[in-house]
Amino acid sequence: MMVASEAWSRRVPSVSVRFGLLALLAEQPTHGYQLKTAFERRTGGSWALNIGQVYTTLQRLERDGLVRSERPIHAAAEGPPDDSRTSDRTGYRITAAGREQLETWFASPVVPDGPARDELTIKVLLAIAASDVEVTEVLQRQRSATLAQLQAYTRRKAQADPERDLAWLMLLDALIFKAEAEVRWLDACEARIRRHARRA
Amino acid sequence: MADAIRLEATTRSFGSGHTLVVALHPTDLTVGDGELVAVMGPSGSGKTTLLALVGGLDRPTGGRVVVSGQDLATLDARGLAVLRRRTVGYVFQELNLLSGLTARENVTLPLELDGAQLAGARKAADEALASVEMTELADRFPDDLSGGEQQRVAIARAMVGGRRILLADEPTGALDSMNGETVMRLLRRHCDNGGAALLVTHDAAHAAWADRVVFLRDGRIVDESRPAPGPEFSVDRPVPALGAA
Repeated sequence: MMVASEAWSRRVPSVSVRFGLLALLAEQPTHGYQLKTAFERRTGGSWALNIGQVYTTLQRLERDGLVRSERPIHAAAEGPPDDSRTSDRTGYRITAAGREQLETWFASPVVPDGPARDELTIKVLLAIAASDVEVTEVLQRQRSATLAQLQAYTRRKAQADPERDLAWLMLLDALIFKAEAEVRWLDACEARIRRHARRA
Repeated sequence: MADAIRLEATTRSFGSGHTLVVALHPTDLTVGDGELVAVMGPSGSGKTTLLALVGGLDRPTGGRVVVSGQDLATLDARGLAVLRRRTVGYVFQELNLLSGLTARENVTLPLELDGAQLAGARKAADEALASVEMTELADRFPDDLSGGEQQRVAIARAMVGGRRILLADEPTGALDSMNGETVMRLLRRHCDNGGAALLVTHDAAHAAWADRVVFLRDGRIVDESRPAPGPEFSVDRPVPALGAA
């Protein structure tokens, strides 16, 4: 099954992985695989990381002096060192420079470089020009699909515990507001097309 | 058990000949017990007409409207009034609470109008206020309540006396997102407890609390959405700390 998390994983920007790993290492030194699972759990399992991407990022962080590799590392969850797995047990620790970069990251707002190449936007803009495509049907099919997603997120929200699941609820809110914005955009497109048709 | 709400080829038009305007083309729609259905559509799509027909505030020019097993065409004004007092409650964007009455008195009023004894009416009102978590503020006047609190009182008033069908017209319109969410949680809970609700809204995030979302366009239902099977999350929720799970 092609799960959504596979689709998401391609969209995790490398800068988020870089600082995500730094943030986790700021809590305690740990291993690559544990970083992967911690990152996924912390972000609600919605962004799956490729283990290769984790190790590549760790190598770059080490090259830049932001983390230091060490072996063996005795993380509590890992149990005693085991010679047969020594090659897997390279640990990583954040450096002072790494902490400084992380603090700067948390202190800075996220500003996109430019409009994302969004398939839906492109599809709708091209549909307007295409003579054999009914644009309002394209809009409605998308609206219905996005609403169905929104309903699925909202079900999760309804089941969440407001006391225990703060991060989970905030993740769901992020997904919900993005989906809601998409529906509002589709509504606005339709209103514009109608107005345009009346004038033509 | 009968459907809570059933529209059968329900039509509403105004004027005739050259001036004929069809606000609602023949429409079939069913809302079952325990179901929350949202209706979305641009202004002028027929949402409010549909809600007015279900509430017996307007009469169809064709087809039938059956509410709680009763064909509204068979009810006279008095019969409709009884239906509204006992079975169907309204929640509007404008809160319409009476400013000279406390929250409890506002909620008690529909029962008193229906001839209930005051003691029993007050008990029912207190239960309704408790269900929207407004017990502690029951003696306040509307002006001393926030918009979100007033809307909770309005929902208690709509539900009081065991009315199981709620009709809501943009009930979250004047509220911020957290208060809007509270209102939707209350409507959701009403339906999870076996009630039924028909909600008209332009707000997708609030419509998403529904079991089904029906899209109206130019007086016709053009589409319907149900919750997607996904999203696929690899775990149920984030854990609080590294290595904690």
